[in-house]
Amino acid sequence: MPQNEHIELHRKRHGYRLDHHEKKRKKESREAHERSHKARKMIGLKAKLYHKQRHAEKIQMKKTIKMHEQRKTKQKNDDKTPEGAVPAYLLDREGQSRAKVLSNMIKQKRKEKAGKWEVPLPKVRAQGETEVLKVIKTGKRQKKAWKRMVTKVCFVGDGFTRKPPKYERFIRPMGLRFKKAHVTHPELKATFCLPILGVKKNPSSPLYTTLGVITKGTVIEVNVSELGLVTQGGKVIWGKYAQVTNNPENDGCINAVLLV
Amino acid sequence: MTSGDVERLLIQFQDEEGEVLGSPFDVPLDITPDKLQLVCNALLQKEEPVPLAFFVRGEAEVVSSLGLCVTALGVETEQVLPVVYQPQAVFRVRAVARCTSSLQGHTEAVISTAFSPTGKYLASGSGDTTVRFWDLTTETPHHTARGHTHWVLTIAWSPDGKKLASGCKNSQVCFICTHKHVTIICLLRWVTVLMLNPECRYLVSSSKDCTIRIWDTVLGRSEKILTGHTQSVTCVKWGGDGLLYTSSQDRTVKVWRAKDGVQCRTLQGHAHWVNTLALSTDYILRTGAFEPATATVNAQDVTGSLEELKEKALQRYNKVRGTAPERLVSGSDDFTLFLWNPAEDKKPLARMTGHSALVNEVLFSPDTRLLASASFDKSIKIWDGRTGKYLMSLRGHVAAVYQVAWSADSRLLVSGSSDSTLKVWDIKTGKLNMDLPGHADEVYAVDWSPDGQRVASGGKDKCLRIWRR
Repeated sequence: MPQNEHIELHRKRHGYRLDHHEKKRKKESREAHERSHKARKMIGLKAKLYHKQRHAEKIQMKKTIKMHEQRKTKQKNDDKTPEGAVPAYLLDREGQSRAKVLSNMIKQKRKEKAGKWEVPLPKVRAQGETEVLKVIKTGKRQKKAWKRMVTKVCFVGDGFTRKPPKYERFIRPMGLRFKKAHVTHPELKATFCLPILGVKKNPSSPLYTTLGVITKGTVIEVNVSELGLVTQGGKVIWGKYAQVTNNPENDGCINAVLLV
Repeated sequence: MTSGDVERLLIQFQDEEGEVLGSPFDVPLDITPDKLQLVCNALLQKEEPVPLAFFVRGEAEVVSSLGLCVTALGVETEQVLPVVYQPQAVFRVRAVARCTSSLQGHTEAVISTAFSPTGKYLASGSGDTTVRFWDLTTETPHHTARGHTHWVLTIAWSPDGKKLASGCKNSQVCFICTHKHVTIICLLRWVTVLMLNPECRYLVSSSKDCTIRIWDTVLGRSEKILTGHTQSVTCVKWGGDGLLYTSSQDRTVKVWRAKDGVQCRTLQGHAHWVNTLALSTDYILRTGAFEPATATVNAQDVTGSLEELKEKALQRYNKVRGTAPERLVSGSDDFTLFLWNPAEDKKPLARMTGHSALVNEVLFSPDTRLLASASFDKSIKIWDGRTGKYLMSLRGHVAAVYQVAWSADSRLLVSGSSDSTLKVWDIKTGKLNMDLPGHADEVYAVDWSPDGQRVASGGKDKCLRIWRR
């Protein structure tokens, strides 16, 4: 490593040695042999470091070579046949929108046994009694306060008959009784208006479950025979669980998400 | 009226074409079909008694006694009553009830299955580009034929059971003769249907590129190209009279002469894509010289030289066809079916409406009397094969019905649907005979073997199931 330009100066003044270019060429061609000799003979820590560095260099070289080669030839990418084989009569048609339900009966049964539910809304705000039930005063002097009226949307079954008005403690007004829910299938993103079969669980309190009060987060059972789902055993599925996702008393309708 | 004094009636036996048999007979009103059968068989003077079904005036079937039929129809008892007799198949196919095996092996959905004409071999084509042959006696894989590069959409056996042709989505047609295959390329788009001509030499293929090609399998090259359709050709059938029938998405059905490739006729009338065609002599053309009545438990190959086989096949064909020309039915996306007499006439014989969704497949029964149409509206409708009159609806599926197959004696029908079940229906009663669940996903292809023993079904769940009694 010259510290100054005296070599260049000499070359400018006097030119190269007569055999300079020849020597240079031959030295460069010997480089490969010398490098390989070094790589073979080196030992110890020095060798380790050298080999590591050399390996990284080689990888880079190979990559650039491959890149250059790829640019030369154009290849048709046809090795893999696409998935989703359909028979000839279905080829020109779009796929039918249909829920894939095949392992779900088993999964649901297992979950029911375990008592664990994976629901879209795991945590909901618990609703206190003062919010859900309104006190109704009765009696000659309007002092008796044992009757309650439900202020949220509820579901009563088909064969529901009120208890004699004098004795009924919980009043469920007809205006707040709903029979149908708008249920969305989470994978298909399609919404159906399905009749409700019953209220399975209201997260706020078991009392609300027995009354049939539907608030946000309640799990209800809906009639899915419209969708045409079949189990592996060949039976038609007609009831499924869905979780309510809106506040029905504010919106006037029940929106739910199907639990698949 | 005392019980001994039963009313009597004059009936005249007629066969289906209208020819009378013998002279008018005097029979009591409470005669049952068995006794009628004895009388008729005696008149027909056959060596073996043939089971017969009787129809009063060709309309109502005599089920329990003639008297009930007469009162139901409200016919005058003064005149001579024509009673049409129809020979039923001598053999009886038993309904399949259980899945004997589920054949794995395909790595993608199974899209087409076909039994060989004698019922000895089974071939299935699938989305993993292979055609697999299965040995039916042990229900194990026999041979895998590779060579296609895309989904194998259609397979067709030659009527002598020795060769198989298969078409794929990459527009290749492959011809497999025992174990060696010859690939014949090539169309421009995918192949929709293949059919081998009854003499087993020519192969016709229809394709999405709106053309129909006739290939010579011996020479291995394309003989003729028939153009004329303006949209994808959905179905092609080779008729017994040397005519070719094709249906297309351009709403027409065209009739061609196979010898010189000239278009004879265009049948118009549909309002949307014509999906499927069925010929009344389909079953005979498919099975060739094999007679289902002579089937044994172990399926055998048809033996005999080509000439003998041709003779036998021709005899069977003439017997079934009778004197009337071949009939053609086309089913379409416009929810209707048309019954045509393509060799004679441009106008349809009948238009059959009633489905509420597109018709995916139509099939004549092997004795050509009935017609079944499978549709995406979850029902199958049965129509009369001669006049196109509606007979009954078979409901039970909960999703679109994709394919149907008749049993060889025309008494049972199996249907496969997108709800992953197969159902066996009894045509006489119009009710569900057997429900066959078991597939894990949609059932794409169904076939009943010509010897009536097995049903094969393949579906999206990649396995092929064989069902037996």
